[in-house]
Amino acid sequence: MKTSEIIASDLFSSDSAPIKLRGAHFPVEEIRKQFPILHQVVNGNPLIYLDNAATTQKPVSVIEALKAYYEMDNANIHRGAHTLAARSTEYYENTRTSVKEFINAPSEEQIIFTKGTTESINLVAATYGREFIGKGDEIIISTMEHHSNIVPWQMLCQANGAVLKVIPITDAGEIIMEDFEQMLSSKTKLVSVVHVSNALGTVNPISEIIDKAHAVGAKVLVDGAQSTSHLSVDVQELDCDFLAFSAHKLYGPTGLGVLYGKRDVLEAMPPYQGGGEMIKEVDFAGTTYNEIPFKFEAGTPNIGDVIAFQKALEFFQIVGRENIHAHEQELLAYATEKLSTIKGFIPVGTAREKVSVLSFLINGMHPFDVGMMLDAGGIAVRTGHHCTQPLMKRFGIEGTVRASFSVYNTKNEIDTLYQWISRIAKRKN
Amino acid sequence: MPDINTVQDEIIEEFGILGDDRESTIFYIMELGDKMEPFPEAEHTEDNIIKGCQSKVWLTTKEEGEKVIFLADSNTDITKGLISLLIRVLSGRSPEDIISSDLYFIDKIGMGSIIGSQRSNGLTAMIKQMKRFAIAYQAKSNAS
Repeated sequence: MKTSEIIASDLFSSDSAPIKLRGAHFPVEEIRKQFPILHQVVNGNPLIYLDNAATTQKPVSVIEALKAYYEMDNANIHRGAHTLAARSTEYYENTRTSVKEFINAPSEEQIIFTKGTTESINLVAATYGREFIGKGDEIIISTMEHHSNIVPWQMLCQANGAVLKVIPITDAGEIIMEDFEQMLSSKTKLVSVVHVSNALGTVNPISEIIDKAHAVGAKVLVDGAQSTSHLSVDVQELDCDFLAFSAHKLYGPTGLGVLYGKRDVLEAMPPYQGGGEMIKEVDFAGTTYNEIPFKFEAGTPNIGDVIAFQKALEFFQIVGRENIHAHEQELLAYATEKLSTIKGFIPVGTAREKVSVLSFLINGMHPFDVGMMLDAGGIAVRTGHHCTQPLMKRFGIEGTVRASFSVYNTKNEIDTLYQWISRIAKRKN
Repeated sequence: MPDINTVQDEIIEEFGILGDDRESTIFYIMELGDKMEPFPEAEHTEDNIIKGCQSKVWLTTKEEGEKVIFLADSNTDITKGLISLLIRVLSGRSPEDIISSDLYFIDKIGMGSIIGSQRSNGLTAMIKQMKRFAIAYQAKSNAS
């Protein structure tokens, strides 16, 4: 099947409106049919995939688009004089348009394809950071950042003498806004904060954070790796200066991410990497750079994955963000209530507003042991520090067990999780 | 005391009874850890931690005549169970026996697929450390 045929297919056509739910019924069984990977037996039990905050599974449309691209359309994009190059360029740029619509960016030029959230943040640190943040300037992050929103800033501070400040959080896992406000000053050049915590599920008051940072003239980068798959993220409404997120947490392929930036900021930034595509003209006497977004997309990009990502965005569009959110919230509430009845169950992260992430400990047990026992039951969860070691230190723990729910998870699966956790917890409780 | 290979064969037989039942295997390994001799609190030092393990593993030795006795602990029950197997095979033996041992039971019981490749590396690190201790004992007794 050609990519064009898949793109035009009824199942995930881009002009489809979100499905209308009949009553309160969410067609989870229909949705599960779209995810081939879910229908397998792991260690003698049906797979229950609850590691969605690490990466989501891919609908068949994404997998087919990827296959079709390599079978029918593979060609390097831009500047090609042949039909295949024209096709791949068209599909590649179509995805840029879909991403623009997905986050309501003002233009396609403000959508830069990267390897992932990590590279998007590193790009900003290496370009905007080096050009516009200097000695004595301050960068603010929060205690609940992923390492990818800590280390790039530490590296920048080390290189240019800027100062990294960290907003504290409460025992429930919420940012202490009063402390954040006190940290802000004319020295603050950048606030880089996670929208949704990967380890706790906390939804941060990102609008308020952006407004307060802007009031002192600071730019704001929103780490949207965990939020874009659960919440509506409208960059114009938020007024953020940067948004970074990954395709693979959004039902799309791995190794692909997005950096959105405000036009004037992106245009003022120096290039990130040098090479093909990012240049206007190269001469040994000097090189002039291309316009955005190409200025930041040196080398042959991840064409196949970009093209397939459009199908993921269409999947999202058709199922409907509101529907997905409502389903996930129902699962979160159900799981939290049910697991809380287990003796020895200790939730970690009890913010008032959360996405469908349930981090916990079992009294007297190491998260790794819990994870291994659940795996024996075919249940996939994540254990460890979740790339948030400073956050774990804040709670005085080494790590947690994290179950994260997605569009294709069911209450039956949570019932099975509950049965397993109950048995496991009995070992020590 | 049965020789190293006899003990290894016993372990292979025990795990053979569990077969492909992963759940029983995991729970069995943890039970083995539960039964391990308590580790002296004072030995929970940084120096005794084995490098290269994802979990924390403490390993120390004591000498009994010409034999090396291993004592170990871990912060995870599964790892503790795995070390208990190594101790069952290697502890209380002469440095020569420990150094020359070929620990084939690990592959035979399918440990790699049970704990994954990263943790298998940790297991290798544990074995290396145990052999290093044996080499040190051997050198010491040769010198004296």
